[in-house]
Amino acid sequence: MNFDISEEQELLQETIRQYVDNECPATRIRELFDSGEGWDPTFWKGLVEMGVAGLVVPEEYGGAGLELLDLALACETLGYGGAPGPFFGHSLACLALMLGGSEAQKKKWLPRLAVGEALGSVALCEEGGAWQPEAWHSGVDDSTGAAALGEARSTWESEGQDIASAALSGTRPFVPHASRADLIVVGTAGPGLALVEREGAGVECEAYAGVDRVRPLDTLTLKGAGCEVLPGGAEAAPRLRDAGLILLAADAFGSGRRLVDMCVEYAKQREQFGVTIGHFQALKHQLVSMAVEMEPGRGLFWYAAHAFDHIQDEAPRTAALAKAHICDRAMQVSRDAVEAHGGIGFTWECDVQLWFKRVMFDRTFLGRPALHRERAAQMAGW
Amino acid sequence: MDLSYGKEYEEFRVELRSFLESSWPPKGDAAELPKAEGAKRFRQQAIERGYLYRSVPKQYGGSEQEPDAVRGQIIREEFSRAHAPMEMRGIGMMMLVPTLLERGEEWQKQKFIPGTMSGDIVWCQGYSEPGSGSDLASLQTRAELTGDEWLINGQKIWTTGAQRAQWMFCLCRTEPEEPKHGGISYLLIPMDQDGIEVIPLKQMNGGADFNQVFLTDARTPADHIVGKRGEGWSVSRTTLKHERNSIGAAAQAVMMFEGLVRFAQQAKRDGRPVIEDPLIRERLLSLEGYVRAHEYSGMRQFTKNAKGEDPGVITLMNKINSTNIGHMVSKLALDIMGDDGMLDPVPRDEMGTIPSGSRMWLSQYMYSLGIATAGGTANIQKNVIGERGYGLPRDYYANRSSGK
Repeated sequence: MNFDISEEQELLQETIRQYVDNECPATRIRELFDSGEGWDPTFWKGLVEMGVAGLVVPEEYGGAGLELLDLALACETLGYGGAPGPFFGHSLACLALMLGGSEAQKKKWLPRLAVGEALGSVALCEEGGAWQPEAWHSGVDDSTGAAALGEARSTWESEGQDIASAALSGTRPFVPHASRADLIVVGTAGPGLALVEREGAGVECEAYAGVDRVRPLDTLTLKGAGCEVLPGGAEAAPRLRDAGLILLAADAFGSGRRLVDMCVEYAKQREQFGVTIGHFQALKHQLVSMAVEMEPGRGLFWYAAHAFDHIQDEAPRTAALAKAHICDRAMQVSRDAVEAHGGIGFTWECDVQLWFKRVMFDRTFLGRPALHRERAAQMAGW
Repeated sequence: MDLSYGKEYEEFRVELRSFLESSWPPKGDAAELPKAEGAKRFRQQAIERGYLYRSVPKQYGGSEQEPDAVRGQIIREEFSRAHAPMEMRGIGMMMLVPTLLERGEEWQKQKFIPGTMSGDIVWCQGYSEPGSGSDLASLQTRAELTGDEWLINGQKIWTTGAQRAQWMFCLCRTEPEEPKHGGISYLLIPMDQDGIEVIPLKQMNGGADFNQVFLTDARTPADHIVGKRGEGWSVSRTTLKHERNSIGAAAQAVMMFEGLVRFAQQAKRDGRPVIEDPLIRERLLSLEGYVRAHEYSGMRQFTKNAKGEDPGVITLMNKINSTNIGHMVSKLALDIMGDDGMLDPVPRDEMGTIPSGSRMWLSQYMYSLGIATAGGTANIQKNVIGERGYGLPRDYYANRSSGK
């Protein structure tokens, strides 16, 4: 038995970590935070050149052909670094195409997405907090013939014909960096997933005042926008959700660990009563409690990612559990981190807020922890 | 990441299974033997095959195998599946044998190891004292060499199994002039003598797992010392690179959690299973997050140990994680049982019988607090994690030099 990541995976994390340390230190994250821009094309370009944009895209489409575990490890490292950018939404768009796309759709988009020539994103929430595919109710427009789509679907299955066009309307909140994306995978009741091109007619974006300013969100408004349905979208949508949950857990794990490390460093530097405050047991124990909350989560997201790749029966439940558990632990740690820094921890100038807010994004995106715990209970038959 | 054991190990598993099928439960003449005798004979066969006491040399009755954590794990899995007797448990196997192997005299190894392995010699550990708990090195039990004997005076407490033990490995102050840690020796003391009185400590849950041991002119031969005079502290910290059971420790938490889920499914409130209560569900799943994280952490440590790599700071956290899970399980069990939460888990007529149903969880509600303290309080664990794991400074006021 080998419950460990490989040397290649460690190298992947190390390479990303060094790049983030060099190109995007906390001072740079703060600039992006303060400017309200939240977008650093140069930093993203560097990640793309390292192959990060196409990590899970199969080699035949120009990607690295790695697994979800690799993607999750990259997410952990980017979370630890507080990295800005579209990695999360872009990776989910790639996964959506891989899981549910037709051959023609894959050929058209994956090679461009893999090398960062096109930017992808996902719209997985309907108004009213409907994040789960099971809760989506907004389908393709009637005028474009939902019934006809059903027919087309059986044609794809029998004849391998692959593209069916339809139209989508309605609002999709919380779409990562939608305004800069070329391709958006939209969750749609019935067919599951559909491709919408950002530049197409009837597609509008409006910035959402999101708390994590380096991973901006938009509200997407579709008005009869042309779309292409993914033939395997209905089966792919829940898998895509599971992948998203695991990546968020990994990001929150990285963020939580960063907060612990920041607090430990601070306790070794800051002096009161003539000694560094790490001498004081009250603080030492608080820091250790934070670490003890966070550290065991590593195995949990590893296992969930491994299950996604190799033990698919277990993936939905462990993904839900990992997201709920790790995001809640990271939330508590982020609050403790503010306290551990004293008054300075509450200021805009203190770096704690950068990760504090990153955790808020991770915890709420794709649904709050309590919802995923209830899902896990149901999946266990309880 | 690969959760299978691989071909070589699966072949080992097949070989092991066929041994177990033919040997346990005992067949033929052996089936007629008393249970303990049958188990003893089975263990001997398992030792000859290299399945038990793998880190103990052959000359002391072990099977002297190369350390191999994966084989160790497969053996535990298969023996447990066949309900076959494993190695003798207890503090003697856990602590004394590894210490003797590393630091003992040849005659001490020969005299004590085989008997401890067979269960003929039962040990207790004389460490804690009324005035020396977390600050163990401040211990005051004195041992003086008079002629060819040590004369020992003092009191030990929290001594598990002292009422059944024939021997105690004991930390005593032998060099009162030396600084705190340097004045301690590690002695082996026979329990059956006039100078030793054992008094059980009745616990809040009615059991009596621990004892007080009073030593009044207790005696042991001069050569029953492990290591030299004044080396007792370092001897007591001896660890061996044996096959660490990091999966087994977490497996207990998983079993306890699964038991709790069954309890919530069976317990009724207003005629409905308690597990349908949304608040109970939320807490169960919240707890499962901790349990699974602990379980997978165990698997990761197991892998790292097997590869001879350092799993990192997580190894220091195992005790506190188990303890925290124990607390959460206990509190949730109390809410699952509802009004039974006022029951006394201690049967009135007789002390120490194992309670069932709600009573079992009530006992656990209290016992989890005993476990939390045994082997080091959570506060001490936090010091260790902070100082060794995160390089935080040592306690400002801790006195590390005085024997007082």
